[in-house]
Amino acid sequence: MNTKVTIAGVEFKNPVMTASGTFGSGMEYSEFVDLNKLGAVVTKGVANVPWAGNPTPRVAETYGGMLNAIGLQNPGIDVFIERDLAFLKDYDTNVIVNVCGKTVEDYLEVVDKLADTDVSMLEINVSCPNVKEGAIAFGQKADALYNITSEIKKHAKQPVIMKLSPNVTDITEMAKAAEAAGADALSMINTITGMKIDIHKRKFVLANKTGGMSGPAIKPVAVRMVYQTAQAVKIPIIGMGGISNAEDAIEFLMAGASGIAVGAMNFINPYATEEIVAGIEAYMKQYRVENITDLIGCVR
Amino acid sequence: MAKKKCRATVLGQQKLAEGIYDLQLETDMVKEAKPGQFVMVFPENAANLLPRPISICEIIKEKNILRLVYRVAGKGTGEFSTLQTGDSVAIMGPLGNGYDLTKAEGKKVMLMGGGIGIPPMLELAKELGGSGILLGYRDANLFLKEDMEQYGDVYVATEDGSAGTKGNVCTIIEEKKLQPDMIMACGPMPMLRAIKHYAETTGIPAFISLEERMACGVGACLGCVCKTTKKDAHSHVNNARVCTDGPVFEAADVEI
Repeated sequence: MNTKVTIAGVEFKNPVMTASGTFGSGMEYSEFVDLNKLGAVVTKGVANVPWAGNPTPRVAETYGGMLNAIGLQNPGIDVFIERDLAFLKDYDTNVIVNVCGKTVEDYLEVVDKLADTDVSMLEINVSCPNVKEGAIAFGQKADALYNITSEIKKHAKQPVIMKLSPNVTDITEMAKAAEAAGADALSMINTITGMKIDIHKRKFVLANKTGGMSGPAIKPVAVRMVYQTAQAVKIPIIGMGGISNAEDAIEFLMAGASGIAVGAMNFINPYATEEIVAGIEAYMKQYRVENITDLIGCVR
Repeated sequence: MAKKKCRATVLGQQKLAEGIYDLQLETDMVKEAKPGQFVMVFPENAANLLPRPISICEIIKEKNILRLVYRVAGKGTGEFSTLQTGDSVAIMGPLGNGYDLTKAEGKKVMLMGGGIGIPPMLELAKELGGSGILLGYRDANLFLKEDMEQYGDVYVATEDGSAGTKGNVCTIIEEKKLQPDMIMACGPMPMLRAIKHYAETTGIPAFISLEERMACGVGACLGCVCKTTKKDAHSHVNNARVCTDGPVFEAADVEI
């Protein structure tokens, strides 16, 4: 049985990764999960300088899901390289660094600083709905996405994954723009913009008013978008959005994702990622699937 | 100190006052637990996705019993209030730093609990004795008062004056002319602000336990931050994580 997948020339021991922002840099969950068993650890977004993030409350529960408006609090790339990447060095797993910024130059500074590190891939966050400048401003217009992707490709030493926002009319337009600009892969979907009002206090629940929705409730939307995008582009897709268990993960693979990422479910089941690796293997055994790649995009 | 998520058996649950429940769980998590720490309790209903952080009220090590006293605030805690003897519930912990008992050595420590901040004072009183245990309630529906009386002198304040001193826990300090060396407290934000102010004006160190909306409980999601006067350990942006850097902070270190 072979669970290996290759995405943009990078080999993964299995397709299971962590969704950016839900797993820190792996440190906090290493007490629960053997990081060596994962295909990749995708880190929390990191900018060129530290970001303080949004005021609290930053999180809220919704029916079968949650809203967050963290606002990309992060320590900046220098501390990140010194501390977080040093921690991850000891593990036999791919490291994908999620990169955020307010301007193109911010992104490029982070990309340049990561050039001499041994991270496997870069995931460019052009889809965070919770910050006012940068981020999603690059991810909702095809020409802006094309420009930032091609600028980053000029600088990046590692393969570049563009993380797409579902908060657009046609996600395949964005995917095609990223592909045309040279993106090596796509990850999707980021959170869906939502809102919750406390009717007793007559106030927004989140200090930021809006937040990004994640969790099992958004999964059908994500599967649909992965499927549509897989039909529209040739570059590989890392699928995410509400994956709770191995069945969900396999659904994304069948829709056309070459890799999958577990997000909000880490909060509910800190063992989720490792259990999904085991669950995929059990499925392959049950259905006598020799190569996991036989599942990728098998439903058309 | 290993955190884990596991299932715990319900040994019993009593209603202590309107909306206040006392849940006893059998779990070996007690071996690691400290006063001021909390556990995440998971609703079974998948629509209520996120775990609920609940402070540890009492750790009965020899019997493997963890006691949680909580207020029903919504759907999740509403579900917990229906748990019966023999049921099982998923919990994760022990989480957070808890009160640093080494700082209390040789000190007259006054414990102050307000509302649903009262429960964590019980384990603290058990371990420290407590030079004065000050409890603030809304009205005469008192809870955990008798439990506390085993470990020290208990003073009660109620907002409506129906029991003890009329006012809050800070009113008791003035009225009884209490002179502690240190304060350890948990309660609603206005009370914690008053304690921070008292600590600043008197120079008495105060350690306060904060509450914030959480998702992961283990320091990964950065949902539950509070403003700090010093650079925080994680992001160096004066936004510490209540779940892992806290929930107990020295009052002087946080901006509340």
